[in-house]
Amino acid sequence: MVGTMPDVQPLVDEFITKLNRRQVEGSLDTAKLALVLLRQVISAQRIPPNSPANTLIEAIKSVGVRMIAANPIELAVGNIVRRVLHIIREEDASLATTVVTGVTTAVDSDDEDNLDIREQASSHAVAAANRSVLRAPSLHNLLESMPNPIRADVTVASTGDSDARSRSGDKNSRSWKLKHNVIESINELLVELQDYHSQVAEQALEHIHQNEVILTLGRSRTLLHFLLGAKKKRSFQVVVAEGSPRFQGHKLAKELTAEKLSTTLITDSAVFAMISRVNMVIVGAHAVMANGGVLAPVGLHMVALAARRHAVPFVVLTGLHKLCPLYPHNPYSLLNDMKSPSEVLDFGEFSDCLNGATGGPQCHVFNPTFDYIPPELVSLFITDTGGHNPSYVYRLVAEFYSPEDIVLQ
Amino acid sequence: MALKRATRATDIGDDEADVPLQAVLLADSFAQQFRPITDERPKVLLPLVNVPMIDYTLEWLASAGVEEVLVFCCAHAKQVTSYLEHSRWTSQSNFTVTPIESRDCVSAGDALRVIDQRNVVRGDFILISGDTVSNMSLKEVLKEHQERRRKDKLAVMTMVFRRSKPHPLIHQTRLGNEELLLVIDPSTKQLLHFDSLKEAGGRESARQQTLARQVVLERSILADRPAVQLCLDVQDCYIDICSPEVLLLFTDNFDYQHLRRDFVKGLLSDEVMGNKIYTHEIFGDYAARIDNMRAYDVVSKDIIHRWTYPMVPDIRFASPETGIKIGRSNIYKEDGVVLAPTTVIGPSTVLGTGTSIGDKSIVRNSVIGRGCTIGSNVNIEGSHIWNNVTVGDNVQIRHAVICDGVVLKSGAIIEPGVLLSFKVVIGENFTVPAYSKISLVRQRPEEDSSDEELEYAEAASGVAESPPSPFYDGRVVNGSPAHGGDELPESPRWDPSEVGIAGAGCNWSAGQDEEWRHSVAPIPSERIREIVAREEEGELEDDARDMTASSTNDNIAEQVDDDEADEEDESAFFDKEVEALFRRAVTGEAGAHEDHVVLEVNSLKLAYDRSFSDCAGAMFTALLNLASERPHTTSRDLLQNCRQVVVQWGPLLRRFLKSQDDEMEVLLVFEEICVEDNREFAPIFASVLQELYDKDVISEEAIIAWASEKQQADESDKVFVKQCERFIQWLEEASEEDEDDEDEE
Repeated sequence: MVGTMPDVQPLVDEFITKLNRRQVEGSLDTAKLALVLLRQVISAQRIPPNSPANTLIEAIKSVGVRMIAANPIELAVGNIVRRVLHIIREEDASLATTVVTGVTTAVDSDDEDNLDIREQASSHAVAAANRSVLRAPSLHNLLESMPNPIRADVTVASTGDSDARSRSGDKNSRSWKLKHNVIESINELLVELQDYHSQVAEQALEHIHQNEVILTLGRSRTLLHFLLGAKKKRSFQVVVAEGSPRFQGHKLAKELTAEKLSTTLITDSAVFAMISRVNMVIVGAHAVMANGGVLAPVGLHMVALAARRHAVPFVVLTGLHKLCPLYPHNPYSLLNDMKSPSEVLDFGEFSDCLNGATGGPQCHVFNPTFDYIPPELVSLFITDTGGHNPSYVYRLVAEFYSPEDIVLQ
Repeated sequence: MALKRATRATDIGDDEADVPLQAVLLADSFAQQFRPITDERPKVLLPLVNVPMIDYTLEWLASAGVEEVLVFCCAHAKQVTSYLEHSRWTSQSNFTVTPIESRDCVSAGDALRVIDQRNVVRGDFILISGDTVSNMSLKEVLKEHQERRRKDKLAVMTMVFRRSKPHPLIHQTRLGNEELLLVIDPSTKQLLHFDSLKEAGGRESARQQTLARQVVLERSILADRPAVQLCLDVQDCYIDICSPEVLLLFTDNFDYQHLRRDFVKGLLSDEVMGNKIYTHEIFGDYAARIDNMRAYDVVSKDIIHRWTYPMVPDIRFASPETGIKIGRSNIYKEDGVVLAPTTVIGPSTVLGTGTSIGDKSIVRNSVIGRGCTIGSNVNIEGSHIWNNVTVGDNVQIRHAVICDGVVLKSGAIIEPGVLLSFKVVIGENFTVPAYSKISLVRQRPEEDSSDEELEYAEAASGVAESPPSPFYDGRVVNGSPAHGGDELPESPRWDPSEVGIAGAGCNWSAGQDEEWRHSVAPIPSERIREIVAREEEGELEDDARDMTASSTNDNIAEQVDDDEADEEDESAFFDKEVEALFRRAVTGEAGAHEDHVVLEVNSLKLAYDRSFSDCAGAMFTALLNLASERPHTTSRDLLQNCRQVVVQWGPLLRRFLKSQDDEMEVLLVFEEICVEDNREFAPIFASVLQELYDKDVISEEAIIAWASEKQQADESDKVFVKQCERFIQWLEEASEEDEDDEDEE
C-alpha cells in the first residue's frame, strides 16, 4: 500500500476477497490473475527518483503479503509475487550496468588521453556485469569468474563525475526505464504462462512412445494437452483413475474418448492392480516444492508408491509458476486444503453418525485436497523449459527467485 | 403507492441487470432462546467459533453475489450498527450494508412492515436471519424463482429446505428444533401444506403427541394433482427468496408476526389471493439457523468439521489480521497461542490468539476465544469459551458456554449445560450445577411467558441504551435492592450459594424443566432412551389404531366419506347426549327435575339443530333402554318394566310431543328399535303401544295415522302393524263411536 495509486486498491481488494472466498481456482489462472494485477500495481506506482527499485519492491511486497495471506494454500500466488520481485531486482541491476556503460563512454569522450588500460578494464567489467545480470545465474556462468570490485569502482567514479542537474534528469528517465523494463518482462512472463500448455505438450513426443500404456489420476489441463500432443504421432492407451471424491477423472476420460484416444477408467483402489501393466505414470501437480517434493491431488502419493513398487516411471508435469522456493514443512496439514466433507458423503444420510449431542464418539469425515509426494518417488519433472530431475529443482529455484524474497515478511 | 412500486419492480424483473440483488437480514431473532446473554449483547454479535455470527451470514451473502444487504436492527440496535460501521463490510466494493433501525418492533412481521414503509426494497430479495450459517449457492434458486415469477406472478416466495433423517431423535440432537411436515407437489415443487409437529414434548403425554402427529389435509390440495409428496425429513433453513409482494402481504395483514407460524401458514390457507410458495431443496450445501443453544453447539462443530467450507476457522473471512493454522484432526491454532509443553490439545479444538494454557491441562472438542488465561490441571471438554476468560487451576468445564470476561477461580467445577454470561465470577471450589444460567443481570419476573416474541424485545429494552420499558423504569425508581441501581458490578450482593464465595452473578431460574433439550450439553442417555421408546410406542399405537379403525371406531373412517355420513355421525352424538341426560335424571343426579331435563334437552336441540321429533325419538330410545336394562327374564317381566318406565317418565316424553308427527316419529323409532337394536321388544310391541296409549303419551290419532301410512308399505314393514291389528281396530271403532257420540250430541 506504500504510495499505491487509489485506483488499483479496489482491484487488489477484490482479488484478495476472491482468493479468500476460494473463488479463484487452478494455479495457472491464479498465477495469471495475480501477475496481471501486479503489473497494474507497478504501472500505477509513482516512483520517486531515488531508490526506484526499492519503492517498487516495497509496493509489490505489501500487496503480495496480503495476497498470500488470503489464500496461503494457493502457492502460485506467492511464486508469482516472488517472480515479479526477482524481475524488478534483475532489471534494476541491468539498468545499473547500462548507467555504468554510459558513464564510461562519457569518460572516454571527455578526456581522450586517458589510460587505455582503464578503459579496457571498465569495458570488461561492463561485459561481465551485463552477463551476470541479464542472464539468469546458471552453472555455466557461476564458473565464469567475475571482476566485481572494478564495477563498484566505476559506479563510485560515475557519481563523482556527473553534475547534480544531469543526475536528476538521468534518474528520472532511469526510474521510468526501470518501470518500463519491468512491465516488459512481466509481459514476457505472461506470454510464458499463456504458452505453458503448448510448451509442455511439445515435449510429449519425446516421452510417450508407440503402444505404451499411460496411467493417470484425476484431471489436469496440462496433462490433457500433453496427451493430445503425443497423440498427434503416437497411438497409446490411457488408464484414468477417477480421483475420488471430486471424480475429475470421469471428465478427463470423456475428453480423451472424444479425442479418440483409447481410454480405460478405473477406480482409485484399482491402481495397484493396474500398475504392473502400465509403462509410465504421468500426472499434473498443484505445486513443486524446493526440495523436489510435489503437492498433487489426493490419491497420488498412493499411485507414486505403487509405481515405485513396480519400477514404473512417475512423471510430473509442471509449469515454472508452480515451482515454489519454500521447503515443505508439515505439508499434510499446512499446505493442504481441507474441503467440506459434503463432497465425500451426503449429510442427510449420515446425520445420525455425525451429531455430538448424544455425547458418543462422532464419525469424523476428512476431505483433504492434496497429497504430498516426497521427491524420492518422482522420476522426472517435465516443465515448459524441459525435463528435470527432482534433485535439480533447487537450481531452478535459484534461477528464478532471489534469495532475499523467499521470506517476504 | 406500495402497490405501484411492486408492479414496477416486477416490470423491471425482465431485465434484472438493473436491479441489484438485495437481501434483508434480520439482526434480531425476536426470540429469547439465548437469554440471559442476549440481555447484554445482541445475538448476531455472539461469537461462533470466535467470529460474530452476523459475519458468517454477511460473508455468505457477499460471496453468493448479493450486492446490497439491509440489516434490520431492533434490540441492541446501536451495538449492531456500530459493529457494522467498524467492520470491513462497509469498505467492500460491490457490497453495501445498510443498517435499518427500528425500536418498536416485536416480531419479524413488524420488521418487514417497517422495511416496506421505508421503500428500500426494489426487486426480489433474500430474507434471512442474522444467525444463519450457509455456503449454498444462490444462483440456482434465484434462477428458479425468477423463472417461476415470469410465468406466474403469484409465486411470491421460495423457501429453502435441507434434507435430514426423519427421526425425532435426529431433530432433537441436531438443531433441537421441531419436526416439520411439508406437503409438496413433486412436479412443480409448490408448497401445499406446512406444519411443524410439536414432537417429543416432555409435558405432553405420548398419547397427546401421537394425536398431534395427525395431520388433516385440505381436500383441495389433492383435487387436481396426480400426486403429492409428504416430507418429514426436512429442515427449514430459514432462507427465503421473496418477491416484493411479500412485504405488501405483511403490511396488508398486520397481524402476521412470525414468518412461519403466521405468514407461511396464512398464505397457504388463503385461497382467495392464490399466492403460492415454492420450495427448493439443497443437497451438498450447508445451511442452518442457530435458534437455540443446541443449534449453536451443533453448528460450531459443523464449522470446525468444515461442513461450511469456505467459512471455516482457517479462512479468515472476517478478521484477516491474525494468522491461523490447522493441524491434524481439526485443531486450529491462531498465532500467538502459548501452550505449556504438557498441555494436551484434543481433536476438534480452536484456540484464539493471546490465549495461554498451563501445565497438564486438557482441552478437547472446544472453542477457546482470544486472550484467555487458562491455568494448569484444567480439563475443558465440549465447551465454548469466549474472549478474555480467566480460568484458575484445577477447574473442570464440561459442555458449557462461558462468555467474555468470566473468571473461574481455582477448583471450580462447571457441570454440563451451564451458561455463564458476561463477567460472571465463580468462587473457589464452587460447583455450578448442571443447566444453570448465571448472569450479572438479574432475572426479571416472568411477565407473559406465553408470547415469546414480545419477551425478547422487552428483554432488550431492559438495557440502558434502549428506551426504557415500564419495567425498567420501575426498577430504577424503586431502587430495588435486587438490582442495586445501575452500578451493578460494584454492588457485590451476590448469593454465595449461587456463585460461591467472592463470586459475582445470580442464577436465572429456568422456565421449564426442559433445559436438556436446548442446551449445549449432550442429551443424557436416559432422555435418548425415552425419546426412542416414545417413538416406538407411538408407532405401536398407530398400528393399533389402524387395526381398530375399521371395527369399533367407525367415526374416523366415515368422517372423510361425505357430508351425509357426517350428519349421521352427528345425530348419533345427539342421541347419546340425550340418553346421558336422561340417565342422569333417572339416577337423580341432576336434580331429577323434569323441567331441568326439558331445558337441557332443548338446549341440546338447539346446539345440534334438531327438531322436537328428534328429541322425542332420542328420549324414547333412552326410555326403552332403561326398561331393557332393568332385570328381566321373560318378555312378561320386560313388559312390566316398560309399564313402570312409561308410568314414571311418560309425562316427560309427552313434553316433547308437540304434534302428531312427533308421536309418529316415536312409533317409527320404536319400530326401528324392535327390528334392529333390541329384538326383545318385538313380541311385546303391541302391549307397549297400548301402555303408551293408556298413559296418554301417544294419541289414538297418531296410532291410526301410523297404521294407515303403513298400509302402503312392504309386507315386511307391516309386521308390527299386523301385531297391533286388533288394538288398532279397537281404536278405530272407539273413535268412530266417539264420532257417533259427537254426532249424537
